[in-house]
Amino acid sequence: MRVEKNNIFYGIDWILILLYMMLVGFGWMNIYAATTTDENSAILNFSTRYGKQLLWILLCVPLIILILFFNSKFYEKFASILYLIGILSLLGLFVFGKNINGAQSWYSFGSASIQPSEFAKVFTTLALAKLLSDRQYNLKLIKNQIKAFIVIFLPAFLIALQPDLGSVLVYLAFFFVLNREGLTLNYILFGSLAIILFLLTLLFSATIIISSVFIILSLLLVYFLKRNKGYLKFNWHKVISIYFVIGLYIFSAGYIFNNVFEQHQRDRFEILLGLSKDTKKIGYNTNQSIQAISSGGGFGKGFLQGERTQGNFVPEQDTDYIFSTVGEEWGFVGSAFVIILFMLLLYRIIYLAELHQNKFGRIYGYGLASILFFHVAINIGMVTQLLPTIGIPLPFFSYGGSSLWGFTLLLFIFIKLDANKGYDL
Amino acid sequence: MKRSFLLFFLITVAGLILIGRLFQLQVIKGADLDPNHNAAIKVIYDYPERGYIYDRNGELLVANQLSYDVMIVPDEVKQLDTLEFCTLLKIDKEYFKRKYKSAKRYSPWLPSVFLKQLAKEDFAFLQEKLHKFKGFYVQKRSIRNYPINSAANVLGYISEVNEFEAKNNPNFQQGELIGSSGVEKSYDSILRGIKGKKFLHRDRLNKIIGKYKEGSFDTLAVNGQDIALTIDSELQRYGELLMSGKRGGIVAIEPKTGEILALISTPTYNPNMMVGRQRAYNSTILMDKNNLDKPTFDRSLQASYPPGSPFKLINALIGLQEGVIDTNFGVYCYGGYRYGNKKNAFQKCHCDIFGGPIKLNSAISKSCNSYFSTTYRKIIDNAINPSEGMDIWSNHVKSFGLGNYLGYDLPVGSPGLIPTGKYYDNNYKFSWGATTTISNAIGQGEISTTPIQLANVTAAIANKGFYYTPHILKKANNKNIKNPKFTVPKKTTIASKYYDPIIEGMHTVFKTGTGKSSKIEGIDIVGKTGTAENFAIINGIRTQLEDHSILVAFAPKDDPKIAIAVFVENGGYGSTIAAPITSLLVEKYINRKIIGNNRKWIEKRMIGLSLEPIYRKKEQIKKLTFKD
Repeated sequence: MRVEKNNIFYGIDWILILLYMMLVGFGWMNIYAATTTDENSAILNFSTRYGKQLLWILLCVPLIILILFFNSKFYEKFASILYLIGILSLLGLFVFGKNINGAQSWYSFGSASIQPSEFAKVFTTLALAKLLSDRQYNLKLIKNQIKAFIVIFLPAFLIALQPDLGSVLVYLAFFFVLNREGLTLNYILFGSLAIILFLLTLLFSATIIISSVFIILSLLLVYFLKRNKGYLKFNWHKVISIYFVIGLYIFSAGYIFNNVFEQHQRDRFEILLGLSKDTKKIGYNTNQSIQAISSGGGFGKGFLQGERTQGNFVPEQDTDYIFSTVGEEWGFVGSAFVIILFMLLLYRIIYLAELHQNKFGRIYGYGLASILFFHVAINIGMVTQLLPTIGIPLPFFSYGGSSLWGFTLLLFIFIKLDANKGYDL
Repeated sequence: MKRSFLLFFLITVAGLILIGRLFQLQVIKGADLDPNHNAAIKVIYDYPERGYIYDRNGELLVANQLSYDVMIVPDEVKQLDTLEFCTLLKIDKEYFKRKYKSAKRYSPWLPSVFLKQLAKEDFAFLQEKLHKFKGFYVQKRSIRNYPINSAANVLGYISEVNEFEAKNNPNFQQGELIGSSGVEKSYDSILRGIKGKKFLHRDRLNKIIGKYKEGSFDTLAVNGQDIALTIDSELQRYGELLMSGKRGGIVAIEPKTGEILALISTPTYNPNMMVGRQRAYNSTILMDKNNLDKPTFDRSLQASYPPGSPFKLINALIGLQEGVIDTNFGVYCYGGYRYGNKKNAFQKCHCDIFGGPIKLNSAISKSCNSYFSTTYRKIIDNAINPSEGMDIWSNHVKSFGLGNYLGYDLPVGSPGLIPTGKYYDNNYKFSWGATTTISNAIGQGEISTTPIQLANVTAAIANKGFYYTPHILKKANNKNIKNPKFTVPKKTTIASKYYDPIIEGMHTVFKTGTGKSSKIEGIDIVGKTGTAENFAIINGIRTQLEDHSILVAFAPKDDPKIAIAVFVENGGYGSTIAAPITSLLVEKYINRKIIGNNRKWIEKRMIGLSLEPIYRKKEQIKKLTFKD
């Protein structure tokens, strides 16, 4: 038994590995389609984007072996230190970082660049899992909640300063983890309500929203008062302060939108909500992406046959817009297949995480699932114009070594934790 | 498991929403597999050569020639020596700026025409130097060439498809050539051929990156088909020559087939004026509203004139058919016809036969107004009321193809006017009768006809009761036309036997009657002269202008080969201008040449005769009117 336990492949979940390989392999095929040109078709040409990505994929093998090589306890023990290193690497960007496309998010080594924010997710998940899995820890206490918030939002804050707001958004995914571990659902509900109210305020005038919200609130109040006579004590202070806070929020939404948001962020919202016509071709990317996807039809045009893909009509097609390649060349069947692969991966992770007796492994798995879910939903939502343009990569698909390695790390640490779960009791 | 339900639920919902969205985008909205409407595909057209046009004897009328256009792609234009460039192309700087701007406005990355139709010598010179100027290149184009210097009204011209047409017809791109008048228009689909399409795959910068689907959607160009017209180009040219200095229209038809042998409208223009770089300049002159010559107005098809005396033939035929007259019926004429008790209820007659009785034959040959007024009145009064009588008369007249578009295969025309009972019921508040409309008896009054309609009437008389719809197309792609519209005869309402006395009368016209000075040795020509009064409203006053000179004829009498109608505006008596022109054309067509000194003298006189002074006078009157 000892021998088996020392085998690095012992106990690992082959379903996850299979799903991972399918996603990475199919992803690379689409990167190849999006970046290939007629002139050079050699696969192992490292001057091309698909060649580089293939190199990154091949380098994942030693990375995976390395991850699996460590004892699963290693990750729990060193989570805090890894977190610290991660934070330091984010801080270092402000000094040594390289500015690409307006964001100082990269360390540059010769021709290769590394994006620490892709790895920060791993460290944050580890640190959060470590924090929440402490036997003394109780999320019901405000003090502990604040601790968790700090762990989550410190890297998010540093990333926001780069600025890379798309990646920041992903950190909201950790609320699912907190909720799973006992944090009241109110945070997520209030957050969602706030977003809905915000969007409604942009769509309609503040007065309309404020009056309709007040009517709904008052009706609810009257209903509850009548139903629970005496039980619910009528508290004027509370009611008035709720009204006041909501009113203030609605009126400030417009102000925040106009003064805090950047112009390009405002444009994205306005175009999505149909508030302004896209005269400056700001929605060009998404437009091209939509056209490429719909042109794929039910069964797609076939590998390397998508004329929009081959004609480079969709900007950033190998990175954030990689899904449009799938849409054009593989059609509805291929796109739905990818979504189902992701869903299966997520279900499998949650299922395995719930089997963990060890709190750390469970929390980590849950964090992994939440982050993947956010990435996939936001990315495909953006590419299909259900969400405003938020530039985050599609896990395992999008071009980019940091992103691929980040997600590979994230996933395989879980696979390792999962492989050893029986021995951690 | 309970607490993990939220994420589980959200994953499922989000997954289903995304799949639903993709279903909406890809399956419902569907694939744009039509390569014509795909931004990633560039369609290149291969324009076929337009078909040639020949006359009935195989003479080439319209051919193609190469022309060279300088094209510009504004985005590719680099810094250049404007002065050198302008000198090279023989243009001024203003032109350069204007064209550059308009090309850029049309599209910065698509080619537009910078300078049209260079001369061949200029092209050869330019070819060597042009490589220096990035963004400019020369494109070969095929344009029309007219070896004959006539028949502009028949042949028509081609123009570029404009923005409006391109929008309304998906088969055309802006700037493509399309027939826009004459035969070029009516047989455009045969002449044009089918353009070939090449689908090229391009990237977002419009750079071509290969063939689309290995060219599986590509089509080859199909050349336009050649056509042969029914026109006899020699006759056409000769007619135009005879009509020099005169305004009017001549139509000659082969009665046995309805083929149009000549379609002359003067003043005309050289068809080559509508080709090449001078086209824009020329067309403004030709289409100028103040140009009273109206060279683009086809008088043979579009001008409706009062038919005058030739119309008497139809009235006589109706009289015979309705049984109100017969060949023995006689009328007494004393220099005119009194149709009422009032002093001015009198129609003058110049037949110079005092007393009588005047019978049908001499009535035709001497063009007796009194005879036909009597006949007309009998026709109208034969019915219960004038309106009914007028309808009967009108139906007979219309069976000759009058009063409506004839249905020939050229794009312009005029219906003319043949009044019905209802027409007068509406126009005359008071009661009316045969005498009110007595002018119809002699082809004046409300009636109007076009030269081609009258030529068709003549063909129907020559055929003794039927006609083929006149047409201009003889062969398409070396095959005779089979269109039943043109190959099935149309019957008139007059029985065949009634035509013989009429033809005899028309024969007498050239033997001893109004056309005797225009008879032709060896050819039995039959016809009828006409002199139509015409009026213009000048300064609010109805002013009589010089009469139109008219003649209809066919020949030879027993085997008609040509039926012809001649209108000469303000030419005076039918016998003085229209008759000699007709006889010369008939002789030319049948004998292929003019024989005899006397005839040659007439020919020379007709060619030299100019009515310009009369037209100028007419214009003068009009101009004076405008000044007031």
